[in-house]
Amino acid sequence: MRNTVEYMGVLGEIRQRARVAATWFTQPLLPDDLLGTLNPVWSTREPHARVVGLRRETADTTTLLLRTGPARPGHRAGQFVGIGTRLDGVWHWRTYSVTSCPGDPLLAVTVTAVPGGTVSGALAHRTPVGTLLRIGPPAGEFVLPDQVPEKLLFLTAGSGITPVMGILRDLAATRPEALGGAVLVHCDRTPSDLVFGPDLRELATSTGLTLVERHTAVKGRLTPDNLTDIVPDWAARQAWACGPAGLLDALTEHWAMAGDPAALHVELFTPPATVAADATGGRVSFTTSGIEADAGPGTPLMVAGEAAGALLPNGCRMGICHTCVGRLRSGAVRDLRTGDLHDTPGEPVRTCVSGAAGDVEIEL
Amino acid sequence: MATQTFAPSMTPSAAAHLTDEQVETLGAELDALRAEVVGSLGEADARYIHRVIAVQRGLEVGGRGALIFSLFPPAWVVGTAALSVAKILDNMEIGHNVLHGQWDWMRDPKIHSTTWEWDHASPAASWKKSHNYEHHTFTNIRGKDRDLGYSIMRITPEQEWKPTDLFQPLVNLGLSMIFEWGIAIYDIEIEKVKDGTKPWPQAKAELMGLWRKARRQLAKDYVLFPLLSGPGFLSTVAANATANVVRNVWSHAVIFCGHFPDGVESFDFDEERLESETKGQWYLRQMLGSANLSGSKLFHLMTGNLSHQIEHHLFPDVPSNRYAEIAPRVQEICKRYGLPYTTGSLPRQYGKVLRKIARLAFPGGGPAPAATPPTQLPDQARRRLAAPARLAS
Ligand SMILES: Cc1cc2nc3c(=O)[nH]c(=O)nc-3n(C[C@H](O)[C@H](O)[C@H](O)COP(=O)(O)OP(=O)(O)OC[C@H]3O[C@@H](n4cnc5c(N)ncnc54)[C@H](O)[C@@H]3O)c2cc1C
Ligand code: FES
Repeated sequence: MRNTVEYMGVLGEIRQRARVAATWFTQPLLPDDLLGTLNPVWSTREPHARVVGLRRETADTTTLLLRTGPARPGHRAGQFVGIGTRLDGVWHWRTYSVTSCPGDPLLAVTVTAVPGGTVSGALAHRTPVGTLLRIGPPAGEFVLPDQVPEKLLFLTAGSGITPVMGILRDLAATRPEALGGAVLVHCDRTPSDLVFGPDLRELATSTGLTLVERHTAVKGRLTPDNLTDIVPDWAARQAWACGPAGLLDALTEHWAMAGDPAALHVELFTPPATVAADATGGRVSFTTSGIEADAGPGTPLMVAGEAAGALLPNGCRMGICHTCVGRLRSGAVRDLRTGDLHDTPGEPVRTCVSGAAGDVEIEL
Repeated sequence: MATQTFAPSMTPSAAAHLTDEQVETLGAELDALRAEVVGSLGEADARYIHRVIAVQRGLEVGGRGALIFSLFPPAWVVGTAALSVAKILDNMEIGHNVLHGQWDWMRDPKIHSTTWEWDHASPAASWKKSHNYEHHTFTNIRGKDRDLGYSIMRITPEQEWKPTDLFQPLVNLGLSMIFEWGIAIYDIEIEKVKDGTKPWPQAKAELMGLWRKARRQLAKDYVLFPLLSGPGFLSTVAANATANVVRNVWSHAVIFCGHFPDGVESFDFDEERLESETKGQWYLRQMLGSANLSGSKLFHLMTGNLSHQIEHHLFPDVPSNRYAEIAPRVQEICKRYGLPYTTGSLPRQYGKVLRKIARLAFPGGGPAPAATPPTQLPDQARRRLAAPARLAS
């Protein structure tokens, strides 16, 4: 055993040395740049994924099956990844929940076209097999604890089923017994709009999962009131909910009033409304790149920086994934969602949801 | 500010017939042209730069691969040719233009002015300062644009003659062979340390930065790849040196043709005028201070589209693959406003440059000096001017 460890250590050392040596031959490029030129999917520094399969789920929803490179970090069921898409030559990043199981050879994301959306329509309708996408590391807290609770409740609406689908598939593959007593309430307008309808019905039959399809065109939206009729023992369950902001707000309020707030876990796909549109704005300096930009009142630092040509890390662009964090060197920023002021030097700041409150320096 | 007239010293003589209003209309037309091109950037442009980068990398890998067998003469010739072309593409169509931010709009971290590094002695960061900022902002202003003769040559008759200028045809030849090193060392501005305007620790840090980059460049071309050739060590050293010299001579010729041929104007330095310079006046100075080269598509590619020097100076951050389509429209604008649009073939233009360098090696050499004598730079004038940052890139 010890020998193996030592052997692996030596191998790692050799590999590391070889990499450094190769860099001397390829500089100013990295060996990775050359591999990436041959096939972007081979790049470990700028991970790409190739679309190798498509599954039409509903009229406006498509599952993309992605082959990723060797550097793909493992995800936990329920987490999301950043997906970069080149549209008209420009890279756009959005976050999508993983709908495949952690161990699956292909990674799946399921995209619903949002009317008027920049990226989702292109991904759902105009992304042929063979397209190259960029892919970020998995992240997110919308996951089950290691000790899976006995009584599970999932509440989803529309494309909000995606992270839950990832969780259900993982449970079905690894701990099917956990699904026996679980309940899923999944809402959409009609049976044909219901994303993953057939998969869920099959899953219900094979595992004992209680599936409640709510067709809102007929029955109206899910509300805390009718939840009690559908799942009488809701308060005794650990709940995971994903859907429109209105539904999640109502549920959060309901759990706070009548249940245990810690038992409800929510994931929101859409940015909460901006409350601090009156944030003063100011001049933002990105200290690493040296780029400066004027951020108008209510304009996220990220948007201002990008307009001035800065290359800023970004993922969800709505304050969820923390990809965009940079340290505050000086000045103050206002959280555009909550209106809170942050002015502690060294504090990590999410540029996608922070506006300038006067002149500010960000270490990015 | 916009109503302020050009002092004679800043007025390009070829534009003396234009009124202030006309200069501003000209500026507005060029702004509109720029907006139109920038608005139409898309997938085809992205594919273009990806393709050029792939070809460049292919040529470099292929060339260096062939040179492993550099003792075999055909391999030496093919390898050296491929490597020379690769180095030229790397520096000109790719490096120079990426560092200008021409491809930043793609938001691709792999092809971005803030992350790019090139096969050139000058580290990308110091190049961006000296070239993008100083040269592109102060284009052809004597005493401000350090690219004007690179302080070692007398390139306009208004520059004072010194006896050492007698050697400048030779100096020019030498410089052309080691052009990248000339630029890299020149960018450190050692002369400013001597006259006390630049602190030595800063220059030292920059020299260290240069050395860190340069030693890797040198090791790669003159030790590592030659070692791979085994017994062919020396012939690979010779091949790599040849490729470097080819790249240097070529880029030197193209760059000198951009600003130094006859018909291109240079301007006296006048801080006040410069600070109050309008966008229209800036455009005018860029146009009259640059000259194009005519040639085939392949020629334009190999010059990094610096053959469209006028268009490049008007729109330094517009992707180079678009200059060819902009050129006829800029030419039409020049014609309408009665402005010169200097262009010619490389041999013709470079011939003019060489003739000028030879002539200016001796005292005199110009028409009667401009209305105002060249300004001697007062010390305080050396401070950086508050030029709009965006113009620089
Ligand atoms: C953690 C997380 C996980 C996500 N997982 C998924 C997923 O698995 N599948 C999926 O399809 N999407 C998912 N999203 C949403 C996704 O990231 C994009 O926001 C969505 O695809 C819209 O992008 P767009 O560029 O088309 O729209 P944009 O051009 O960004 O926005 C256009 C308009 O649509 C609104 N809008 C944005 N998103 C939505 C939405 N989801 N529903 C309704 N209106 C919206 C915007 O407010 C805006 O007004 C997730 C988002 C987050 C934060
Ligand atoms: S981009 Fe996701 S938190 Fe800012």
